[in-house]
Amino acid sequence: MSQSFITIRDLFFSRGKREIFSGISLDIPAGKVTAIMGPSGTGKTTLLRLIGGQLKPSQGTLSVEGLEIPKLNRKQLYQARRRMGMLFQSGALLTDLNVFENITFPIREHFDFPESMIRDIVLMKLELVGLRGARNLTPSELSGGMARRVALARAIALDPLLMMYDEPFTGLDPVTLGTIVSLIKKLNQSLGLTSVVVSHDIHETFSIADYVCILSEGKVAATGTPEELMNSNSAFVQQFVQGKPDGPMPFHYAANDYIQDIMKGAE
Amino acid sequence: MMLNWFQHIGAFTFDILANTGRASIFLLQVILGIKETLFRPQLLIRELYSVGVLSLLIIIFSAIFVGMVLSLLGYVTLVDFGAESSLGVLVSLSLIRELGPVLTALLFSGRAGSALTAEIGLMKATEQLASMEMMAVDPIRRIITPRFLAGCISLPLLTVIFMSLGIYAGYLVGSIWLGVDEGSFWSQMQSKVEFGHDVINGFIKSIVFGFVVTWIAVYQGYNAIPTSEGVSRATTNSVVYSALAVLALDFILTAVMFV
Amino acid sequence: MVSSRKIEILVGIFVVLGLTAFIIMALNISNLSSLSSAKGYNVTAHFENIGGLRPRAKVTLSGVVVGRVTKISYDKESFRAIITMTLNSDIDYLPEDTQASIYTSGLLGEQYISLEPGAEDEVLKNGSSITLTQSAVVLEEVIGKLMVSFTTKD
Repeated sequence: MSQSFITIRDLFFSRGKREIFSGISLDIPAGKVTAIMGPSGTGKTTLLRLIGGQLKPSQGTLSVEGLEIPKLNRKQLYQARRRMGMLFQSGALLTDLNVFENITFPIREHFDFPESMIRDIVLMKLELVGLRGARNLTPSELSGGMARRVALARAIALDPLLMMYDEPFTGLDPVTLGTIVSLIKKLNQSLGLTSVVVSHDIHETFSIADYVCILSEGKVAATGTPEELMNSNSAFVQQFVQGKPDGPMPFHYAANDYIQDIMKGAE
Repeated sequence: MMLNWFQHIGAFTFDILANTGRASIFLLQVILGIKETLFRPQLLIRELYSVGVLSLLIIIFSAIFVGMVLSLLGYVTLVDFGAESSLGVLVSLSLIRELGPVLTALLFSGRAGSALTAEIGLMKATEQLASMEMMAVDPIRRIITPRFLAGCISLPLLTVIFMSLGIYAGYLVGSIWLGVDEGSFWSQMQSKVEFGHDVINGFIKSIVFGFVVTWIAVYQGYNAIPTSEGVSRATTNSVVYSALAVLALDFILTAVMFV
Repeated sequence: MVSSRKIEILVGIFVVLGLTAFIIMALNISNLSSLSSAKGYNVTAHFENIGGLRPRAKVTLSGVVVGRVTKISYDKESFRAIITMTLNSDIDYLPEDTQASIYTSGLLGEQYISLEPGAEDEVLKNGSSITLTQSAVVLEEVIGKLMVSFTTKD
């Protein structure tokens, strides 16, 4: 296994009274695509926010490239974030700027490049996601899939070492889905960056991931390559991978006895 | 039962304290960004436009009508004492000391404050603020501080425009319609209105109001629950809290300045 | 979207409007003199009774405003009110025996101090005291005296 880019040890995090992570440990290898999977509500997106330093864990360590993220001060954190890119589920494009200006935004904020150079960078990034022709559209004129591709171009505008994708496959038509999947793979190979994909779409995720980590109830339930997980003999992994409705993972939210509950209404 | 009630009050008090603390820390972060904003006047100018220039119309209209009404009502009262030559004093002092700062602040919170809250709240709900953070751009310095500064600058300017337009409208009604002597209108006003006392204190009021109204507006937006319901509630809160804060502060400031 | 040049111009207009309004407030609506009067000199005067005189009341010379009352206090040694007034620094030629009187403008108007120059060569300076004073006329006192004189005549 190659050297680890992100190292997480005994991480605890809770939101209000609800404990989201109770001691997870995880290594994300450099230069590979690692998928974080798990049922809804297991804190997959929260994990990305912890890596990005937008949330602070209550206990445990989390380091990116050897930098202890929760211990950085504001300036160091912003410095570290310049090397991270994040694709949000909604795209999160700035609605008062058009496509071109959205991609120039991070460049202009951080560098004093001449206008022609900025234009070159932006057009290169747009060409990569196939939207060079859409540069003058406003975010409200884009379809969901296009918005996500523009957001992807913006996320790689600063040439990050680490790309995080938050649910990149949800709510897309099959064709757009295919392009996003191949884009993630292509970017990982051509730019040599480390990718973390958060998703619960088994098929697409397994097709591009080098490593998969399944989270459940605040713990790491299983890790391994897609093949290893497919052939795993753990009941939980089999339920998750094959999408069976019943198994170790309960379908019902914790409740008291069904018969008793029903009878209460009859009384 | 009683204990429960006390617990409730206790929790409520801690809520208020926590909120005050959070709002103060937020204000500190906003103020720390001022230096950066001043190096990028383009951002400030854009916000001065949407906060100040776009509020101008409603301020001008209200000022004219308030001035005219003051003049009419003042004349009806003063003419009974044969003191209609003091009309200018009455109109100008009410506008400068009280109505100018307060009405402008209330209108401003309805026009610009609510818009600020809604805009920032929506940016939060659509993850725009979070995505800026991940692009290593501090959303407080990039988005909040220019808006905050623009609000603090705009309201005092709008207030002096309100005051002088209101007085002029009162003068037109008084001298042209009601026949008050033009000379005594202005001369009485000039001898009774003191720049160092009345005008400066009215101006200080507007600076305080601008600070508080904008602070409430941007804080409510930044702290909105990121759903459409949360943003709409934040917008309502922004206007309601601003109005309450302006009226309460006005009482305190008036007691300190003019008694 | 409005172009940035247009925005700049509109913001410029807004700021100029605001500043103009401020200047109008300063020059046309209020009397700036109260600010400049801060650069004056202080003179004190003792009065038996100051009536309704308030701080910031005007001090006049033949009806021309030349200063303001800045402080009103009570002198426990002479058992009289002691008034401090600030006179404009260009009024530096008032003789030492100038008389200060408290008058009322109109029947129910505000009270003010009127100065009447005397004939001495020495002039009032910062910290000087006006010795010749005439107290305020208190309406009740006047009416009371009138009543007494009417009843004694009978």
